[in-house]
Amino acid sequence: MWRRIVSLIIKEMLAIWRDPKGRAVILVPPLLQLVIFAFAMTMEVRNLDIAVLNLDTGNRGREVEAGILGASPFDDVIRLQSVNQIREMIDGQRVIAVVHIGQDFTRRIEAGKSADVQIILDGRKSNASQIVNSYLSSIISRVSAAAYAGHETPDVLRVRHWFNPNLEYTWFTLPGLVATITLLTTIIVTALSVARERELGTFDQLLVSPLRPLEIVVGKSAPGLIFGYLHGTFFILVAIFGFKIPFAGSLFALYGSMFFYLLAVIGIGLFISAISATQQQAILGAFVFASPAVLLSGFMSPVENMPDWMQLATQINPLRHFLVVAQGVFLKDLPLFEVARNTFPLVLIATITLPASAWLLRKKVS
Amino acid sequence: MTGPILPAPVRRTLSLARKETFQIIRDPSSILIAFILPLILLFLFGFGISLDANSIRIGIVVQDGRADARSLIQAFEASSYFDVVTAFDQAELEPVLVSGKLRGLVIIPSDFSERLRARDPPPIEILTDGSQPNTAQFVTNYAQGVFGVWQARQFGDAAAKPSAAITPQPRFWFNAELTSRYNLVPGSTAVVMTIIGTLLTALVIAREWERGTMEAVLATPVSRIELLLSKILPYFLLGMSSLVLCAIAAVFVFDVPFRGSVFALVAVAAAFLVPALGQGLLISAVTKNQFVAAQLALFTGFLPATLLSGFIFEISAMPLPIRTVTTVIPARYFVTSLQTLFLAGDVWSVLLPAITRMLAVGTFFLTFTWLATPKRIA
Repeated sequence: MWRRIVSLIIKEMLAIWRDPKGRAVILVPPLLQLVIFAFAMTMEVRNLDIAVLNLDTGNRGREVEAGILGASPFDDVIRLQSVNQIREMIDGQRVIAVVHIGQDFTRRIEAGKSADVQIILDGRKSNASQIVNSYLSSIISRVSAAAYAGHETPDVLRVRHWFNPNLEYTWFTLPGLVATITLLTTIIVTALSVARERELGTFDQLLVSPLRPLEIVVGKSAPGLIFGYLHGTFFILVAIFGFKIPFAGSLFALYGSMFFYLLAVIGIGLFISAISATQQQAILGAFVFASPAVLLSGFMSPVENMPDWMQLATQINPLRHFLVVAQGVFLKDLPLFEVARNTFPLVLIATITLPASAWLLRKKVS
Repeated sequence: MTGPILPAPVRRTLSLARKETFQIIRDPSSILIAFILPLILLFLFGFGISLDANSIRIGIVVQDGRADARSLIQAFEASSYFDVVTAFDQAELEPVLVSGKLRGLVIIPSDFSERLRARDPPPIEILTDGSQPNTAQFVTNYAQGVFGVWQARQFGDAAAKPSAAITPQPRFWFNAELTSRYNLVPGSTAVVMTIIGTLLTALVIAREWERGTMEAVLATPVSRIELLLSKILPYFLLGMSSLVLCAIAAVFVFDVPFRGSVFALVAVAAAFLVPALGQGLLISAVTKNQFVAAQLALFTGFLPATLLSGFIFEISAMPLPIRTVTTVIPARYFVTSLQTLFLAGDVWSVLLPAITRMLAVGTFFLTFTWLATPKRIA
């Protein structure tokens, strides 16, 4: 029995590798994903232009202006002359924010009275403008502290970011990519496996061979598992050596959990394969599964921001659970108990999808 | 359906377009791409993706039982940004932070009241889960905000410190509440229209090449321009109807304001469909194979429209080579135009350059398609 399975696995691997299309499926997506996700996926703010309208003639207004000039996220600081220019700057998206300092700014401070600085931000970019606002506010509170007697330092609280002290976004994306890339590879490889044979007409030959249905399922699952592990390993190496992201946890826990994750994904892939008649349908089916899976995993935006009913629906998404494991083991040295707790749903998904697709494959034949 | 008065080229184009329409309607996988997938995506982007960090779960470690500390905890509990759990011992909450069930800790030390009155900063400490950088950023900002407001209220009139200060007054134009859905739902229209314009077009036409029916059409007296037009027309109409669907859903289901004009919306969408369809046609003409076409359309159409269009991730923060690549991605201009039209109105200084660039990219794609389409069978 083992010999039959092993030769089937070898045949499956060769079938993928010898086909130029199959090779493209294996090689192109991970490289493309690496470039796009690792470099383009960021919530930070950088290289933004900002405008200042300083109607104050005193030195306090200049201090605010100087603080903004020195701030890192701003590329260019445009000086405005009149209030009328604000609308055209913001509406036309020339700048993300305009800092408006009123005429009596220095005078009010000198008189010991409170003064306002108006910050107008482009709400079309809600995330970026929120971060820009907090930058500007902290600059202003520094000036404020210096301006009023008795305030040497501003009331900045002591903040520590655990697991990622400088809040590098790549520390979030790369461990996450280990999970998403294996999902995409495994789902496509598995979804195509039966569909390819159907299209070529060789699936019937496989069925009349001495192989038992269970052995066929094992043989069809193996390439997804092998390529999933290969791509996962590639991204772990890129993260550690290419991006210098510290690997805090246990590789054993990560690879162990990945096994059940891949099985869960393979179950879904075989299911797609069983219901598609052509390779093109299988690709589309994989896509229809993969895009919601990635969108609703916590990778694009946190799961806890979703409405409650949708959070519940994400429970059936294998990526959602494994993402916690991959990011957790990588950065936080997630305790084994937590790894197991997040792997358990994966085991459940696999025990449902694998037998279901095996049954469906058999049913389709008879 | 066509009257006898129509000139032959128009008649030929229209009947080919009709054939094309039947081809779309009769294939289940086209229906999947044209109708089901857009609905799923619109729904997911509308409900599933949200950058609004509301009720972030945080823990407060309280080692000071006096009134000041209690009042600060109340301020955190009253904030809509946070969902608060309190504990006396930090060791109790740390594992919860590691497990990801809490995104941050606020630590109020036992000498909090003294430090507060002695103006010996910092009286409290904030600890975040840095493995979620964006959430960590928000926890920090909001916690500082809550503390600042609380401190001002607590001491503002007690004269324990000078109350005069420079106060930043932020005004978020177009989206005062910073609801991320207002930007994401209009932006997702670009993704949906990319799927129809590029993916569907590439697949259906690649199938024709694959099956050899394209050769049959080429053998007829149809000219290249008629052929291309007959392909573009049905997908153009399908794309426009998906725009109508998305816009209605945005305004009535997702409550996004629409401050622009319908005319400008139609103009921008029509301009976007030129490069989107052009890309789809080009992919099919070059690959002539459904499987490769599907992959190419996903990787050069769908993925950039989702990730490199500025719809979720800020383009300005990307490294220069990628920023350069985004300048030829039509979805980028479409996303900006849609967000402007929905939230700001008809700002032609944004819309006109966007339309020009989309048309330029479209002309480029269509020219290459023209060159890649054989005039006659070789």
